[in-house]
Amino acid sequence: MKYGEKPQLIKEDGTRLDGRRPEEPRPIHMEVGVLENADGSALVSFGKTRVLAAVYGPREPIQKYMVLPDRAILRVRYHMAPFSTGERKSPAPSRREIELSKVIREALEPVVMTELYPRTMIDLFIEVLQADGGTRTTGVTAASLALADAGIAMRDLVSGVAIGKVNGKLVVDIDEVEDMYGEADMPVAMATRLGKVVLLQLNGVLSKEEFVKAMDMARKTLEAISEMQRKTLLEKYSKVLQS
Amino acid sequence: MSFTPFRIPIVPQLKKNMILSLIEKGLRIDGRRPEEPRPVKIVTHYLDKAEGSAYVELGKTKVIAGVKLEVGEPFRDMPDLGVFTVHAEFVPLASPSFEPGPPDENAIELSRVIDRSYRELGAVELEKLSIIPGKKVWIVWVDLYIIDHDGNLLDASMIASLAALKTTRIPGFKVEGDNVVVDKEATSGTLPLKEEAVYVHIAKIGDHLIVDPSLDEEVVADSRIAFAVSRDGRIAGIQKMGQGGMTIDEINNAMELALSVAPKYFNAVDAAVNNEGNEGR
Repeated sequence: MKYGEKPQLIKEDGTRLDGRRPEEPRPIHMEVGVLENADGSALVSFGKTRVLAAVYGPREPIQKYMVLPDRAILRVRYHMAPFSTGERKSPAPSRREIELSKVIREALEPVVMTELYPRTMIDLFIEVLQADGGTRTTGVTAASLALADAGIAMRDLVSGVAIGKVNGKLVVDIDEVEDMYGEADMPVAMATRLGKVVLLQLNGVLSKEEFVKAMDMARKTLEAISEMQRKTLLEKYSKVLQS
Repeated sequence: MSFTPFRIPIVPQLKKNMILSLIEKGLRIDGRRPEEPRPVKIVTHYLDKAEGSAYVELGKTKVIAGVKLEVGEPFRDMPDLGVFTVHAEFVPLASPSFEPGPPDENAIELSRVIDRSYRELGAVELEKLSIIPGKKVWIVWVDLYIIDHDGNLLDASMIASLAALKTTRIPGFKVEGDNVVVDKEATSGTLPLKEEAVYVHIAKIGDHLIVDPSLDEEVVADSRIAFAVSRDGRIAGIQKMGQGGMTIDEINNAMELALSVAPKYFNAVDAAVNNEGNEGR
């Protein structure tokens, strides 16, 4: 349920508050290898939403009992910086952050080839620097880039975007205002080359037909995002090869 | 922090092979068909001290839902609305894999997923739970107690919460100035519910989709997804779970399955609620 003065989220000409068309994501920026200490890192922004991800490992687990004999353990923390939101967010992990850490980990498990690194731990730390809607999907996109940047073997990259329903219309990549006053927020992440959905949640209410359409919009957008991720990695590593 | 589970309930290899080879023939280890949920047993008015309660068995999974109503202060940004919260405890008596302590990520996920679908549907009419606008409102606490874990805690917990909410009575009360005096012996009405939903949890094993996985099936499943379905067949929440992926076709098939199974759960809830008082404790 949403309250307060509800802004007109879709204008007369069919565009959104910030001028985007329904199927148009915000400007997306990606960069890899942005941190010195981490084995892999990435900074990804979707409009004003900006997320930093870092990978450490595969490395020896901090607690010796946290091992699997046949593969690596993934350890994921999704965390929001205190200054990332309108009102300061307490740095203590919230129930929301605990849940999102789980769904992001489960989104990456199918692509990381953990069987190549038995008895180790791969740490993935996601820090939301600025939250303006779509932080988990931006986070999972950054996380998969950081894993690739760390040279960890993967079956595919993971790309994420949130589909929303605002003023009765399905739109791609909702921002905070659209999330707050819209009717539905459906974060989706896919390994597009494998054709697998690895993260899917729905906060809101959709008809069956709307859901099928929303999934199709997500797939189309994610194929483009996946291509951007691949390009970002190629750019960095073709420079490394030339030097 | 979320870790790859490293203390997984062990399914013996023989049983695992049997689950997989039966699924190939469209059969399940407990004799069910793929689209068949386990029998649901619901006892409403299970507890006296809670304003609403239900005991639910889904096969061998057992869940108690207790609804408590307390007078409290509204949120500052929603001064005229009651407060609704869902909390789940995976108490250690329910399973060898549950440890004492604060709720883990699975318990937190379960309660948030259930909370969201009620909230997004506007199921509980929170505007009717204001007592002194801006000052005093009813706080509705839904507490889910898992007491025996044989898989699919989500469907069982959702059914338990729904049966409990549908039979919740608001205590009697008197407004005296800025104070509210509650008389728990008296009743001032039933909890206003305008929408309802059930969750249908579907597991993918190999290339097959099955409804209402048992614990053994959950452990061997490649991936799982749950759809909240409203009375009128809308989707009021989705959560994909587990470590594998699903194709969009598989997800659409799972959605169709969920829509077809949801009426069975609603019927079980209706039968229990309409029969209230007749069921023994």
